[in-house]
Amino acid sequence: MKIDRRSFLSLGIGVAAGTALSPLPWKLTDDLSIWTQNWPWTPVPEIGETSHVNSVCTLCPGGCGISVRKIEGRGVKIEGMTGHPVNQGGICALGLSGLQLLYGPTRIKTPLRRIGKRGEDRWEKISWEQAISEIAEKLDVLRTSGNSHTIAGIAGSRQGTVSQLFKRFLTAYGSPNFFHTPSCVDTYQLAFQYMNGVSGAPGFDLENADVILSFGSGLLDGWGSPVRMFKANTAWRKANAHVIQIEPRLSRTAAKADRWIAINPGTEAALALGVSHVLIKELLFDKEFVDSHTDGFESFVTSKGEMKKGFRQTVLENYSPETVARITGIDPSAIILLAREFAKAKAPLALCGKGQGIIPGSLAEAMAVHALNALVGSVNRKGGVFPMPETEIQVWHEVAMDSVAAVGINQTNLIGAPPNSPCGTNQIPAAILSGKGYPLNALFVLESNPLYTMADSKTVRDAFDKIPFLVSLSSFMDETARYADIVLPNHIYLERIEDAPAPTGFPKPVISLSKPVFKPQFNTKHAGDTLILLAKEMGGAVADAFPWDNFEACLEEVMGDKMKTLQEKGFWVDSDAAIPDWKAAFKTPSGKFQFSPAEATLGFVPVAIEGDSTFPLLLIPYETMRMAGGYIANPPFMTKTVEDTILKLNDSFIEINPKTAQSNQLSEGDFVVVQTSRGQARGRVHLEEGIMPGVIALPRGLGHTAYDGYIANKGINANQLIGPVQDPVSGLDAAWGIRAKLSKA
Amino acid sequence: MKQEHGGNGTRKYGMVIDLDLCTGCGSCMVACMAENNVPFREDETDKLKSITWMRVYKLTNGKPYPETDICYLPRPCQHCEGSHGHSPCVSVCPATATDYDSQTGIVSQIYTRCFGCRYCMAACPYHARYFNWYDPIWPEGMEKYLNPNVSPRMRGVVEKCSFCFHRYQAAKDKAYLDGQKEIEEDAYQTACTQACPAGAITFGDLDNPDHAVHKLKKQPGAFRLLERLGTNTKVYYVSSREWVRRAGDNYLKTEGPKKVV
Repeated sequence: MKIDRRSFLSLGIGVAAGTALSPLPWKLTDDLSIWTQNWPWTPVPEIGETSHVNSVCTLCPGGCGISVRKIEGRGVKIEGMTGHPVNQGGICALGLSGLQLLYGPTRIKTPLRRIGKRGEDRWEKISWEQAISEIAEKLDVLRTSGNSHTIAGIAGSRQGTVSQLFKRFLTAYGSPNFFHTPSCVDTYQLAFQYMNGVSGAPGFDLENADVILSFGSGLLDGWGSPVRMFKANTAWRKANAHVIQIEPRLSRTAAKADRWIAINPGTEAALALGVSHVLIKELLFDKEFVDSHTDGFESFVTSKGEMKKGFRQTVLENYSPETVARITGIDPSAIILLAREFAKAKAPLALCGKGQGIIPGSLAEAMAVHALNALVGSVNRKGGVFPMPETEIQVWHEVAMDSVAAVGINQTNLIGAPPNSPCGTNQIPAAILSGKGYPLNALFVLESNPLYTMADSKTVRDAFDKIPFLVSLSSFMDETARYADIVLPNHIYLERIEDAPAPTGFPKPVISLSKPVFKPQFNTKHAGDTLILLAKEMGGAVADAFPWDNFEACLEEVMGDKMKTLQEKGFWVDSDAAIPDWKAAFKTPSGKFQFSPAEATLGFVPVAIEGDSTFPLLLIPYETMRMAGGYIANPPFMTKTVEDTILKLNDSFIEINPKTAQSNQLSEGDFVVVQTSRGQARGRVHLEEGIMPGVIALPRGLGHTAYDGYIANKGINANQLIGPVQDPVSGLDAAWGIRAKLSKA
Repeated sequence: MKQEHGGNGTRKYGMVIDLDLCTGCGSCMVACMAENNVPFREDETDKLKSITWMRVYKLTNGKPYPETDICYLPRPCQHCEGSHGHSPCVSVCPATATDYDSQTGIVSQIYTRCFGCRYCMAACPYHARYFNWYDPIWPEGMEKYLNPNVSPRMRGVVEKCSFCFHRYQAAKDKAYLDGQKEIEEDAYQTACTQACPAGAITFGDLDNPDHAVHKLKKQPGAFRLLERLGTNTKVYYVSSREWVRRAGDNYLKTEGPKKVV
């Protein structure tokens, strides 16, 4: 058939008319609209019976009670536990995000052995038996060759039965190298030891204080037990208490305080002494306390017959408001007014520990602040500060050491300190790299991420490169786990039974019990069980020190009769504990509070932060409630709350005063390279009036290289730019910042 | 049906947020995300696309160092009543996907009706509405935590704060089963209110003299956002600082901030 124009057109029209009359177009339109309204990939959560399980959150040392809402077997929400003494129903952003950690993609699902290069993230899955026997074998070789002291352990938490079990393992094995992640609590502990003659973590009765003088403590930025602090702040507002925040940057704490006094960074101790000067000069101090219960206030003759200046003379001679004004940049009249306000209060309380207190800080500063509290009598009383009575929380039976352990445990530790001085973690990398002392043959890291959290990340990695055997006991594929040779995955806090003792700074002895709210999601183990298994595999005296079948049995034994209360209520408060009064409180040689301890001299000792005059700016890292900067990295929900003036795409913003920006020819959003003597990084600048000119700031918690796409490779890790600075007396890290420079990128 | 619980049955749920107590910690934002299955993506730094039913804004007084001051302002949907329920978004929705519920005073959002025209987003003076530009994707395993009381949304629809309406429904059911006529104040609380560690958010029936919000909204220093637009919102803010109250609307230099009541 010949197709001419006419027949083509009529055929076409015929087909069109026919199709239009058929149901086809209507059917297609209908299908299309149904198709666009279908989202089979959008999950429909299953319904079921709802239940609530109470437990405790151990994501930070805050120790808040939580209530987990479950539907059948799965958890749908974590909320604050009403009636818990620490958080009274409140909860923070991290605590709320816990389920993202439980079900998240960063969990390690099974024991792993490295097959690629270190940090290359290539693994082979191994069984628990294999992993344990392999580690035991290595340890056995070291032990029989008399090198038991050349292994070390870093624990993330300072207290708690798992941490103690870890220490016990090292002791029974014969190593003096137990360390924990340090914090300002360690510095406070030393200050108490020297001045109160009592050892203990600090308890701050903040709720009963009415003028709170904070030397840079981020009271509302995650210091101490964060939720407790929010509650305390609300109580202060209602009671008309006054909060005075002293720091160079307008943090959330400073913004919420009644007064923000900007101070030259690192000069807080001078201000504390300046305030003391005014108190003494104007006779505003608590005379009764100072006269009857203190020592070293007036000048005295030491046992060696030397004349030593007392606190009064030191302060009067060296810390007049004018001198202090020159150091701190605060007006002399403001210092005098500050001192008068502090003295006039019924329950004044000064505190230190910068930001969240994750850097131990200067001992001289802690002592100056503690002395200030003593001057107004705010030690060991309501609304004051005191060392928490060291009740026997856990009762352990002695380790019966064999000859190897007895020799190993008595060696000096890695950093040349007496055995089991747990706080010198910051000195480990330098000790390894210097080559002095003995080499480290194996390192065990428990729920800690030193490759990320320790100052000067590059040096830490260089040091880790020298350790032939690195084992990480972690729940997440963090930077340290990724660098390890063997990874032993832990249950996370929602899957395990564990005690959470003494929330940081809380003035009452509280222990909470973390319970297995969920069945383990993956092939993981309780870190306590892992340690017990490892000890049993080692055999001999090491195994004998771990007679328990599992961690739960161990916990029941060491907790004793407290366990029943813990199981029933979820927490235990030592109701008998009372603050010892002034007569009984001090255990110094004189039995009084010691203003001038022999171990350390009171005075302003500037921390010698790194960098010379080629670095004109001061870089200070800061902490915020919206970013987790420690062992736990930000879950996706939290990163979502981070402002776009802190992180934009993958770039960190460096906070800078507009004046400083102008003199460096920088404007908002400019790309810059920030450089310090320890490293450099690329970022952008954010102009902010709330920061002292000449100072720049970076938040902690960004710049991860491990974990998942929700947090990895976003922004700058402040720790890579900062070096640790040892406190001259305590040896702990006291670096509050570093000198830096900015250049346009 | 409308008046099943006796009385006239109408309530006017609202919030009073004390900005003097708010510390900007972000708990409310996360509590909201966790409660309401709010999706997240690898990059959430584009805040126009980042879905946050509750968002905490940072306000500054604009003064140079060291007189600078900061205030944090949590912003849920303001649940505007307008005059007689004519809230800005409801008035423009061509699909009746958003509606003003005169029983509770809650502005609803019905995802299956929404076809994504986003008129409501343009109309909302508070940027409280968000469009799903992408399908929500939870990493493998994470969908386990999804709350069955709130349906996850799909690409192409608008979503916003519902004052945790599912909690209202649950409280209403419970009250009915228990034979109570009224929903107790603490039986229905939003996730953000419950989570706020500072106790800055108070939630309840604004018209019920027994509820705390009834009194709190009248305290000195109370204000609402963009009062002069006539949106008649149900979220009240309280601040002792005048510059904060001024920041709640666009005032002339010579004007003082408008007082509520």
